[in-house]
Amino acid sequence: MSADLVQPFLQVKGVKKKYGSVEALRGISLSVYTGEVLAIVGDNGAGKSTIIKILSGAISPDSGEIIIAGKHYQRLQPREAIAAGISTVYQDLALVNTLDIADNIFLGREHLKHGFTLDRKRMHRESTELLRQLGIKIPIIQTEVSYLSGGQRQGVAVARVVHQGGKLLIFDEPTAAMGINETRAVLRLIKSLAENGFGVVVISHNMDQVFDISDRICVMRQGEIVGQVKTDEVDPQDVVAMITGAAVLRETSDDRGSK
Amino acid sequence: MSIRIKMQKMFPQLLLTGVLLLLIVILSITSEYFLSWENFRNILDQSSVHILLAIGMTFVIASGGIDLSVGNLAALSGVVMAVAMKQDIGVFPAVLLGYFVALLFGLINGLIVSYIKISPFITTLASMSIARGFALILTGGVSIYGFSTTFKFWGTGSIGPINPPILLSLIFSILGIFLLAKTLWGKYSLALGGNGEALRYTGVNVGLYRISIYCFSAICAATAGLIMTARLNSAAPLAGATYELDAIAAVVLGGTSMKGGKASIIGTFIACLTLGVIRNGLTMLAVPTYYQLVITGSIILAAIIISELRSREA
Repeated sequence: MSADLVQPFLQVKGVKKKYGSVEALRGISLSVYTGEVLAIVGDNGAGKSTIIKILSGAISPDSGEIIIAGKHYQRLQPREAIAAGISTVYQDLALVNTLDIADNIFLGREHLKHGFTLDRKRMHRESTELLRQLGIKIPIIQTEVSYLSGGQRQGVAVARVVHQGGKLLIFDEPTAAMGINETRAVLRLIKSLAENGFGVVVISHNMDQVFDISDRICVMRQGEIVGQVKTDEVDPQDVVAMITGAAVLRETSDDRGSK
Repeated sequence: MSIRIKMQKMFPQLLLTGVLLLLIVILSITSEYFLSWENFRNILDQSSVHILLAIGMTFVIASGGIDLSVGNLAALSGVVMAVAMKQDIGVFPAVLLGYFVALLFGLINGLIVSYIKISPFITTLASMSIARGFALILTGGVSIYGFSTTFKFWGTGSIGPINPPILLSLIFSILGIFLLAKTLWGKYSLALGGNGEALRYTGVNVGLYRISIYCFSAICAATAGLIMTARLNSAAPLAGATYELDAIAAVVLGGTSMKGGKASIIGTFIACLTLGVIRNGLTMLAVPTYYQLVITGSIILAAIIISELRSREA
């Protein structure tokens, strides 16, 4: 076990969030380690999106604490979250279809020549290198993003997040509306990110997928975490039972992400 | 990048260039006066106001917006310059004041679109009316005429083989090409139209960029106003009406997407020239003005349909 795995990269402690009288999160605590894939599952309204939004700084929690790499936060601003290394990979929201791949990867963090004009040569070179390192295959870096497949777009979105310094990547339904081959490519990418030392959080409704890629599963139900389990210690039926509330709370003895 | 992709991207501009060349050939055959430097200079001169307005409009449309106020804003800044010159404050301060008023309109357009999130169509429709209103109020509805030679130079002077209007329209075109292709401002204009949310998400101050785009359009309008007023030696409060529509037509004809995110300054420039050649040719062929409107409109429609069908195929 590497030292990385001992200290969680991200810890969420007792986070609560109310929308009016609706308790979206009733005191959530979870940890994410680098080098692992944590799947968050749960029915609609279980609070998955809320916790993701809190982690990406889109909304502020009412109470609780977020600890990223040892630093404590009451709430996160979007820029703070990104600076701290937490980035959400939005499949469609984050890419500008009409710009090329390199323009997208460097969007908002362009290299400039003489502090004035865009240094496209350098950005193209670095983009190509980055995509190669991440094992994302894309034919030509000048291709407009609108011409890419869903899987390739996901790859570009990931490359951008990694380029921004992302250490923990959050995927919200990463394979929604994708074909079989596309889905396979994205799942492979997610696994290889974890193998390369990134922490990965995946929200998914697809149990096969969750069991295929995750190391641990965190089950949410009505704003609470009703189970944190190691993927290889449970069956899909157990998890579905927890999601629907048919099974009682069940915790693995140790919620660390060791394999 | 493969040549095929480049060609596909450039299709609207290539098509337009083809149309322009074809028109030049046809008009050269049908009219003995068409093919001459004098006439070409004339076409450039007459297109200069359209080019200026269309360059600004290209960035606005690229960013997913529209600016209907430019025609009336050109008239208003011309009127402001004229009124100021009649107060004997000097040509340069008067011109500066005209630009300042236009910039104020651009700023307000941008602020309302960015921060109150009113649609650009409605916002600039309103400011278009306000600009015209002020132009009429300032002049009492009558043209102001008779300016100094220094001022008239910007409309009727000559600089070597060309004149100031042509020079200004060329400068703005080259500036536009440079800004769009080489600068952050150009890239963000496209990104705003392509997916403004994505740009905002990266932490870029999108409001500031959007405001600056409307300001740029206003500066183009003020420059057009300067030329219009200096050329006729008269500031007419009703000048420039429907010029915004000519500008929009040229921008779309040039291959800039009305949905935003894609733009071509070269395309806009060639489109303005093409429309200029059509008007010039029809006049030479003694086609009555009313018919010219029908023909020009039909040509715009045909060209846009062809390039739209083509882009749907791709």
